[in-house]
Formats: sequence, structure tokens, C-alpha cells
Amino acid sequence: MNKHLISAADLSKDDALLILDTAEELARVSERSIKKLPTLRGRTVVNLFFEDSTRTRISFEAAAKRLSADVINFSAKGSSVSKGESLKDTALTLEAMGADAVVMRHGASGAPYRLANWIRGSVVNAGDGTHEHPTQALLDAFTMRRHLKNLEGRKITIVGDVLHSRVARSNVLLLSTLGADVTLVAPPTLLPVSVGTWPCDVSYDLDAVLPKSDVIMMLRVQKERMNAAYFPSEREYSRRYGLDRDRFAKLPDDAIVMHPGPMNRGMEIAAEVADSARSTIVEQVANGVTTRMAVLYLLLGGEI
Amino acid sequence: MSENSSSRAVLEGPDIHRALTRIAHEILERTKGASDVILLGIPTRGATLAHRIGERLEQVEDVKVPVGSLDITMYRDDLRTKPARALGHTELPADGIDDKLIVLVDDVLFSGRTIRAALDALNDLGRPRAVQLAVLVDRGHRELPIRADYVGKNLPTAKSEKVKVFLAETDGRDAVELIK
Repeated sequence: MNKHLISAADLSKDDALLILDTAEELARVSERSIKKLPTLRGRTVVNLFFEDSTRTRISFEAAAKRLSADVINFSAKGSSVSKGESLKDTALTLEAMGADAVVMRHGASGAPYRLANWIRGSVVNAGDGTHEHPTQALLDAFTMRRHLKNLEGRKITIVGDVLHSRVARSNVLLLSTLGADVTLVAPPTLLPVSVGTWPCDVSYDLDAVLPKSDVIMMLRVQKERMNAAYFPSEREYSRRYGLDRDRFAKLPDDAIVMHPGPMNRGMEIAAEVADSARSTIVEQVANGVTTRMAVLYLLLGGEI
Repeated sequence: MSENSSSRAVLEGPDIHRALTRIAHEILERTKGASDVILLGIPTRGATLAHRIGERLEQVEDVKVPVGSLDITMYRDDLRTKPARALGHTELPADGIDDKLIVLVDDVLFSGRTIRAALDALNDLGRPRAVQLAVLVDRGHRELPIRADYVGKNLPTAKSEKVKVFLAETDGRDAVELIK
């Protein structure tokens, strides 16, 4: 495995399967009364978050603590960054504190890649701009594998705001590495120009794709990143691309519904679908801790 | 294998069979019928041996002893000397290990560090009544104050030699070889 985890494309099939298998073993730790392993004692993990996040930051924090690492949380608000400190100076400060790994979320695509050139420790991308979010893809693949056993040849449909979604890109890359067939469904305005080069199919017709899907993953409409009109109205978006009760009924009986959160209930997903027994949305959060433990163990557990 | 190394079989299939049968008898004797015993093998070959001993206990006295496996990778003291290792499988009986007599099973007892890690791992999983240790081969050279309660064969070795255990389930044949 590489020293850093910046893009899902960095992972070979063997790497990805090693992470998923490791996570499968670590899942049992979350079920026992002492949810802690001594493995990363003495290692320091810095959570460096320049963008708001609750579940990802808490998830990484829980993962590092369950492995007995020391955790330092750094959020841009209320730090020297708000006084104008540059990313590089922040990185050198972390380096001086002896960070063995830096978990980074940043609004600019490529920021973790820059950071990796400045510090000695491992860099884990926890979401950079509209680029990638590899640990989200890993926890999604882990969740799918628990329900479908093997991902080889499975039909995965990802619906919604692909343009602003780092989750979609990382998922497409990882799932194709694992041998799944991915179809993106979105209005043409919410697909990136480069989507033709991605290892997946594209469709504009959700109803045609639903009956053939083993997994349907709904993406959040990222209003905070939208500075133009990408669709006429929320109501129209919801009508054409939202997963409501009628569309849910068209899915095969054993298909699962996923969402990386946070959800806009009633927009991309109906509340009753989100709360149904075939929705894995809450499970994804629990699996996030387990998968991130596996990543931190494999990056920091051995010789570094 | 390099040219100037040579391997010698110290136990063949039937010897291993007899050693495990004797260990099973000893466990029954020492634990007065093995009524609250759980066999926990250390992956990979210790887990295989634990299953075999479990079968012997059933054949000899018709007792059904829970058999599981205990991966100790996350508790090793030499993790930082190599790249991160893949994890083995941990499988505990559904009722847990509290107040039970745990018999740890491993293939070779050498430095004792694996068993130290296993004791730490057990400590995080519950509070057994007692812990005992069964090994197929004890080759000496302990680095910690640890000893086995049940030994298949005491094998005097030089520290430079290697002991390799082959079991039919994972390696296609049963043998213990000493590699110089």
C-alpha cells in the first residue's frame, strides 16, 4: 500500500481488498465491551479540518482512539488559519508536533496532495473540494460487500449531484477497481465534463436503471457549492431524480439504498425510503469507524 | 531453500496424531472432564490444532468443547519492525469467555512473545477463570517467563534453526520439520 491515501485510484485491487478484509476483522472490536486495541500506542494522528464536517471528523477521531493513537483535532475556525497562516506553515507546525498521520479535509481540490509533499507523515484525504473522498468510498464498498458478499459484476447506480461530489468520483474509481459496474444518473448540468473518461456508464433516465440495480446510492444536492442554476427548481429535480416511494418499489427486492449523508429529506430521498429496512444509511456511519480503523492500522501499524 | 540449509522431519503424521490425542487426554485429566473449557487457537495453525484437539475430546469422552480462534496481530510487540500485517480471524464462542477455562493452542512455543500478546488480547475480551497453554512443539529459547501446560514434543534446537509445522488443512500434509 502507498504511504498516503489521497485518491481511490491509488489503491490496487489487492490493496482495496486488504483494507476491506482488515475492516471485516476490526468490525468485531466495535461489538465487544472494551472497544480498544493497543496497536497505535504512541502514534499521533492530527485531524486537520478546513471545512465543516461532523460525521467524518468524529469517525476518524473514534477510529484513531480505538487504536490507542493520540488524536489532535485542528479546525480552521478559531485557529491561526483565520489569522492568515498559509497551508504550508500550518503543515510545518504539525510536522514539528510529530504528526505520524494527518487526516485532512479542505475546500480546495488537491490540497492533501500538496500537504503530502511537505510533511513526513502519512496524509489521508478526508475530502478535498469536489475531487475525492477515498475513505467514504471504502466504507461504502465495505457496506455493499456485507450485503452483497462479492462486488464483482454487481450493478451500482449513483444518482444526483455528481459534479460537486467527491464521493461519486472516489466511488466510481474504487468500485470499478473491485469489478463492479457503475452507472451514474444525473441531469446533464450536474455531470462533470470529463465524465466520459471515467470507468462507468452514464444515464439520464433513473426509472430505466432502477430495475437492474443491486445498489442505489443517492447523493446530496450540494447547495452550498452551487453558485448557478443547475436545474429549474428543487421540485423538478426531486420529481426526476429523487428516490420516492414509487421508484423505491421498482428496485429489485434485495437491492439496498445508500446515502453518504447528510441527507436532504424530501429532496433527493424521501423520508420513508431513508428510514426503510433496506436503507443502510445508519449502518454506513458505523462502518465508517471500522473502515477508517483499517486504513489507519495499515498506514501506521507497521514500520513507518 | 538455500543450498547449505537442510531440513529434517522430527514429527511425521502419525506422531502428530498421537501427540494431539495425548494432549486431549491430559486436558481431560487436568481439568476433570473439560466441562468449562474453551479451546482458543492462534491463527493459522494453532486454530487448526485447536479444532483437532476439540474433535479428540469429543471422541475420547463425548464432551463438546467450544473451539474458537484468537488473532493476536494487533497485540504483537514487533509490529513496528515490518510493514503492517494482514489480520487473522478471531472467533469466540457466543457466550463469551468470562469465568471459563481457556486453553490457548499454538503450533510452536519459542520466545513466548506470541503467548504474551495472546494474554493481553484475552484481557480485552473478558475475564477467564484460568488460562492454560497447549503447544505441538516446545523448542525452547524463551524470552519471557511463560511455559506450556501441555506439550506435544519438547524439541531441543539451536536458536539459528527454524521449526516449520505443516498441517493437512493448510499445507496438504502433516509434519514438523527442523531446518538448519
